Amino acid sequence: MSATIVSLPDQSTARIPKVNFITKENGLLSWLLTGDHKRIAILYLISLSFFFFIGGALAGLIRLELLTPQTDLMATDTYNKVFTMHGVIMIFFFLVPSVPATLGNFLIPLMIGAKDLALPKINLLSWYLYIAGGILAIYTMASGGVDTGWTFTTPLSTHYVNTNVLTTGLAAFIAGFSSIFTGLNFIVTIHKMRCPGMTWFRMPLFVWAHYAASILMVLATPVVAIAIVLIALERTIGIGVFDPTKGGDPLLFQHLFWFYSHPAVYIMILPGMGVISETISTFSRKRVFGYTAVAFSSVAIAVFGFFVWAHHMFIMGISNYAVLVFSLLTMLVAVPSAIKIFNWTFTLYKGSITFETPMLYTFGFMGLFTIGGLTGVFLGTAGTDIHLTETYFIVAHFHFVMVGGMLMAFLAGIHFWWPKITGRMYPEKISQLAAVITFIGFNFTFFPQFILGTLGMPRRYASYPPEFQILNVFSTAGATILGVGYLLPVLYLTWSLKYGAIAGNNPWQATGLEWQIQSPPLTENFTVTPIMDHEAYDYEWLENQKAKEVASVG
Amino acid sequence: MSHISPIIWQFLVKWMTNFALFPPEASKIAPQMDALLFFMVLVSLIGLTIVTLLVTSFCILYSKERHPVAEQIEGSTLLEATWTIIPLGLFLVMFVWGALIYFRVYTPPANSMNIYVVGKQWMWKAEHPGGQHEINSLHIPTGQPIQLTLISQDVFHSFSIPAFRVKREAIPGRYTTVWFEATTPGTYHLFCTQYCGTNHSQMIGDIVVLTPEDYRKWLAESTSGMSLAQNGERLFASLSCNACHNTRPDARGPSLANVYGAKLALSSGGTVLADEAYLRESILNPSQHITQGYAPIMPTYQGQVSEEGVIALVEYIKNLNSDYRIQQTLNTTDLLPEGEGTPRRPTPAAGPQAGPAGTAQPGTAKQGTVKP
Repeated sequence: MSATIVSLPDQSTARIPKVNFITKENGLLSWLLTGDHKRIAILYLISLSFFFFIGGALAGLIRLELLTPQTDLMATDTYNKVFTMHGVIMIFFFLVPSVPATLGNFLIPLMIGAKDLALPKINLLSWYLYIAGGILAIYTMASGGVDTGWTFTTPLSTHYVNTNVLTTGLAAFIAGFSSIFTGLNFIVTIHKMRCPGMTWFRMPLFVWAHYAASILMVLATPVVAIAIVLIALERTIGIGVFDPTKGGDPLLFQHLFWFYSHPAVYIMILPGMGVISETISTFSRKRVFGYTAVAFSSVAIAVFGFFVWAHHMFIMGISNYAVLVFSLLTMLVAVPSAIKIFNWTFTLYKGSITFETPMLYTFGFMGLFTIGGLTGVFLGTAGTDIHLTETYFIVAHFHFVMVGGMLMAFLAGIHFWWPKITGRMYPEKISQLAAVITFIGFNFTFFPQFILGTLGMPRRYASYPPEFQILNVFSTAGATILGVGYLLPVLYLTWSLKYGAIAGNNPWQATGLEWQIQSPPLTENFTVTPIMDHEAYDYEWLENQKAKEVASVG
Repeated sequence: MSHISPIIWQFLVKWMTNFALFPPEASKIAPQMDALLFFMVLVSLIGLTIVTLLVTSFCILYSKERHPVAEQIEGSTLLEATWTIIPLGLFLVMFVWGALIYFRVYTPPANSMNIYVVGKQWMWKAEHPGGQHEINSLHIPTGQPIQLTLISQDVFHSFSIPAFRVKREAIPGRYTTVWFEATTPGTYHLFCTQYCGTNHSQMIGDIVVLTPEDYRKWLAESTSGMSLAQNGERLFASLSCNACHNTRPDARGPSLANVYGAKLALSSGGTVLADEAYLRESILNPSQHITQGYAPIMPTYQGQVSEEGVIALVEYIKNLNSDYRIQQTLNTTDLLPEGEGTPRRPTPAAGPQAGPAGTAQPGTAKQGTVKP
């Protein structure tokens, strides 16, 4: 791992540019009232990290409780509240906004050569909504919690629990609007604010992935908002939409809820796939293999993603023919993901590969997402779904996709664009170590859960038959390693804010427009409107640019 | 499965069961499902190996040291078509195979024995046709297809037997069914797998698979003296259902003989198949299901009959196959003094009368065979 593409300016003379979006204005208010997409991205990054560590701590409690078959660390009620809050916080306050609200917010205008997002005030509003929802969620937790599971299943949530269902629902409802606004903003920006020459097929794949995810956010999130409102009405005044004794249908809630919550997993994973397209191209110095296929596979995932929701209900007594249709459509949605994996793999072919931290996380993503995706096919197949659903198999599957996939991609992206965001490099060696630790810890934690699920251990169990203990001990041990893997970046990234090497404009020699400007960027991003006169990932163009610069300076 | 040598198959299954890496196979469907499961594991391993090998070899061959300048390649339609079509083909094979198994699991054979299961926070109650009740356990014989008709009294539950590879959600207000045929005697886990509140993880039990002889013994030991249909009959009388459903020419309600499985004409137009779900709905929500020619006068029994009670009534109505049978029920209540509860009286009254009628009924005939 000696070869590297990192090219940093001479550290003895290099300085962080005096004027940039961070130094432009000072004081807390200049941050809290900002319309700058980059500052809002940083606000999001800080608040998201906070929620991630709360959610992570809850996950730690879950794994500790499951170390033994009995319920000895906490009462079953407490356990139920802990896994509910883990789900609510991780999904609504970390995974859904993670890459779009931080990296997407920061980079989409830079990548398409725009000054800002189309609706800066809406962007700020979306952060305030996120914070309001988040505070409400924390308040819910502090004032007794909620124990419905993040899925709010009726009639449990409407008639049978006395915990804070309404406030949790409201928190998710508000956070939902935050994500609708983000999606709306991205769609408008991508349609209207591309710089001259930036055609659709010259956009970086990161932007394509966000575009697809934004469509899902805007179209699917309102449905979960409706479902939550109906839950609230059912719980408070008993309108009976879901109550069978009043002629309602509890399955209706499942339909409404999964109509959002299945596309939601694509909201979570698509932006991550966008990050992977950028890193894999940069660190193999090659155009992404089959750019158009990768771009369209994002859109295909978004479109098919809307028509597979009932695969969460195969055993709930929906009609056998509905099962056939939804199982078939689920198979179709798996194909674009397979295409992406192979296209990324062949991007490496005849490349010139280096192994900096973002690339290590990218490899982690590819391996874990492949496993997560393939096990998704086990669950989309109607027959095997009967045995595997509602067990730890499904827990392992979505953690492979969400944590193994999305979180790896998030960390790849954070490391990749850290120099652009802060103007300083992170320390390479320790961060490579952290990437490896994360990968090992992750597999230790979640791989045993596939076996547990096949054996039949149900999810959301505070206690379990003793023969499952060995695998649970493995899983808990792995979670400890994983915890270290996640703590390390917080420490060294914070350290690098002051002591990291000065990064310069383009430490990775990457081709995106965001790398052609100073780091950290100016508030207005570009001093002159850029003109896109080349394809995305055009490394020859970059070489020519460098040669020209040398010529003009020399 | 048939493509794999049976010796290798046995070895795989035994080995993995012993090391607690794979659940025991104790039902007819289990080996079929496992064959698909192993196929998918195999495909996944091959896919994962291909990706890993490609990534690793490219990383070695085209690292910056070895390959300092990248060659720009746009893409390759042929390659991309290959890795679109092959996964699609494999996924479609899994889809068809999985759909076949799915239909098998949820389509009970005609000769299956029906056991009702009611889920409630936090226990499973089973009602055998012979009147045996069980909580958090289910005794069944080998070699006999068993159909479970599930319903929940409160929230969603899910009845899961990993060793049989079957699972079905128990839903409030709706019957769902699943069937299996146990092959190996033993005690297996029963889990509730749908999160149902505080004691979700204690809503577990045992599936006890017995040989047919042991099962007969168990039935004899656990009998409560009355079959499920007889319980239903008692309830039918005590709720005065027979005040209207009495087969007389001037009856206010339709006769219920032979109603189960029949196509009924509704006053709203259209016909409906009278299955368990329909019978249940017409007891709890009668105004929605008026048979043609009758007035909507039946009151709802929502909240007056428990789910177990409804099950008993449904089982009783299912087994009614002549007007004569209903008139017998009617007579037993006519003998009762006004206002007396009916815990004991109908039993001797219904007993002897059930005999001659019972021989003609498949339901009671079955009870006859299992009772010593």
